[in-house]
Amino acid sequence: MSITEILLFMVSCILTNNFIFSRFLGCCPFLGVSSKVETSVSMGLAVTFVMTIASLFCWLIYNLLLIPLNLTYMSTISFILVIAALVQFVEMFLKKSSPTLYSALGIYLPLITTNCAVLGVATLNMNNAYGLLQSVLNGTFSALGFLLAIVLMAGVRERLESSKIPACMKGFPITLVSAGLMAVAFMGFQGLV
Amino acid sequence: MSLRISTAPHMHNPLTTQRLMLNVVIALIPTAVVGIYAFGLSAALVLAVSVASAVVSELLWQKIARQPVRINDFSAVLTGLILGLNLPSTAPWWMAMIGSAFAIIIVKQLFGGLGDNFLNPALAARAVLLASWPVHMAASAYVAPTFFQAGVDAVSAATPLSSPGSYTLMQRLLGQIPGTIGEVSKAAILLGFLFLVCTGTISWRIPVVMVGSVYVFTLLIVGGGFESALIATLSGGVLFGAVFMATDYVTSPIRPVAQIIYALLIGLIIVLIRQFGNYPEGVTYGILLMNIATPLIDRFLPQKIYGIQKKEAKKA
Amino acid sequence: MSEKKSLGKVFFNGIIPENPTFRLVLGTCPTLAVTSSALNGLGMGAAATFVLVCSNIAISLLRKFIPDQVRIPAFIVVICTFVTMVQLLMQAFLPSLYESLGIFIPLIVVNCIILARAEAFASKNGPVLSAADGLGMGIGFTLALTLIGTIRELIGSGSVFGVNLLGASYEPMLLIVLASGGFLTFGLLLGVFNLIVKKIEKKNAAKEAQAA
Repeated sequence: MSITEILLFMVSCILTNNFIFSRFLGCCPFLGVSSKVETSVSMGLAVTFVMTIASLFCWLIYNLLLIPLNLTYMSTISFILVIAALVQFVEMFLKKSSPTLYSALGIYLPLITTNCAVLGVATLNMNNAYGLLQSVLNGTFSALGFLLAIVLMAGVRERLESSKIPACMKGFPITLVSAGLMAVAFMGFQGLV
Repeated sequence: MSLRISTAPHMHNPLTTQRLMLNVVIALIPTAVVGIYAFGLSAALVLAVSVASAVVSELLWQKIARQPVRINDFSAVLTGLILGLNLPSTAPWWMAMIGSAFAIIIVKQLFGGLGDNFLNPALAARAVLLASWPVHMAASAYVAPTFFQAGVDAVSAATPLSSPGSYTLMQRLLGQIPGTIGEVSKAAILLGFLFLVCTGTISWRIPVVMVGSVYVFTLLIVGGGFESALIATLSGGVLFGAVFMATDYVTSPIRPVAQIIYALLIGLIIVLIRQFGNYPEGVTYGILLMNIATPLIDRFLPQKIYGIQKKEAKKA
Repeated sequence: MSEKKSLGKVFFNGIIPENPTFRLVLGTCPTLAVTSSALNGLGMGAAATFVLVCSNIAISLLRKFIPDQVRIPAFIVVICTFVTMVQLLMQAFLPSLYESLGIFIPLIVVNCIILARAEAFASKNGPVLSAADGLGMGIGFTLALTLIGTIRELIGSGSVFGVNLLGASYEPMLLIVLASGGFLTFGLLLGVFNLIVKKIEKKNAAKEAQAA
């Protein structure tokens, strides 16, 4: 891929085909962990980290193991195991090597195993038959799109804290409506790539 | 814990909410008059329906939610008027009605009412209408103003954005171009801008920086020379958006530096969408996206930037 | 725990009192993504129900053999087995539905409802009760998805289950079947549900006060 192609791919993953606003991947943490800007940044970074290496390892497993062995129907189960193992490993590694980063990301890491964005990106890479580089870039850029979405949402939600929202709309309902309106605004990016 | 972002009405401002809203409504009158003059009765109908629907929605919501009725603060009138001016004159009445109701109930009241919405209600509603009924909102819905072409029936015409060479600068200033009801006459918009700045309703900062930003980024990204960049800047909804929508107190940043960054980025997004996106015009999306980013801008900019403060002080 | 739970109560628990979509707000990704039509909502709900019932039974049977430390990975493997089965079955027998649900079929694995029921119910109860719990939760999820799908399809395409109901003169509000429409519809429905629940609770409280 040339530099221009990579840049265009980045814009496509972050803005045009944003994981949250146009693909609905990773909605649970997006709705659940977006009440404070700081925590949402940590969550977004942890997801970026895991999605990048998960894309790499899932690509390797799928192309070097499952395809030669004719076991492609095992893709879902092997991907989820790879992701679970990776998350475990990353957690242990961070605990030893970088306690500060661990304390920042720590509690979010186990949650990431069941974040459908991670399994989603691995499956998308497989379905689209991306090469190794494009798979890894897709992982990173899509995760950055997730990071952008969750941080913007956290900014909006912090602002909503002092609002006079009707009782029945507090919490999930108003967060969903905000996400819907944000998705409308993100539609402006359609066709950018 | 979190910074409380003060929302309109600002306590230090001597003007009341009602007065501010009324000022903006007054500033919109020339634009609305030229729009009706140019497009005829259909434009008047669109404006009337959208204003009426906004006021009725606000009234109904406040009755049902057992809140004090505040329709006399002119904010609903303003939202309806701005939405109507953002529609083509051919818009069906039910679309104007749904748009205003959406703006008032979903974008404003569900979030707690005036001062608590994070998006400009009229703009969010416009984006919703654009996504919902593209047939009635896209370029094909724009007709050339009837008045200025006496004897010729209203015909579908390419917007000045898609064929920039076809209209002169003078035609653009007066409003002899196809477009939404409110964006056609740049002269009327400038009149409103002067009124708003002179009465202290808005600061010049956001409109001037935003229009300048569109000009500069058009030069840098699109190219084509100074004159064609000027024409692009005076096309579409840039001026209208800069004066009446980007300046919304509730959804734009508070501090001057933040306002400048906000307006610059709106300009950049507009040019990017115009040049590379599916939509011919990016004003709605540019402003909405920066509305969304406003809480973050307000939060992460340092409280005081001394260079700017000094300049401000000198001017004063 | 030793108290005997009635089968009916366990079954109905998932449909209204602890409806996974409207009361617990779990599994939001498929709820938002596949509900652009009633049929897609129903299909997704049925697939998830199948996985939920099977995995609940299997995990309940295996609960004495799974060591506590590795229970989550073990649950995921069990769930994943059934998801792969659904995936292959749908691909063979319902190819068009499989196409339209796309990536969200394999993603049933990480649907938090299923893991949550495995952890909270099936790993502590017998197979019959677990099956009832899975079926109740599954039907609750299916009903919610079908409801959202029906509303979105009606407004956004003018039809329900592909049958045009609003006539040719109705101009559908396209936004509702797009991504943002999913968020908006779900958010507003959730608000309406909260309102109803609050009304009912108030009424019950008033009744109790009267009785006392």
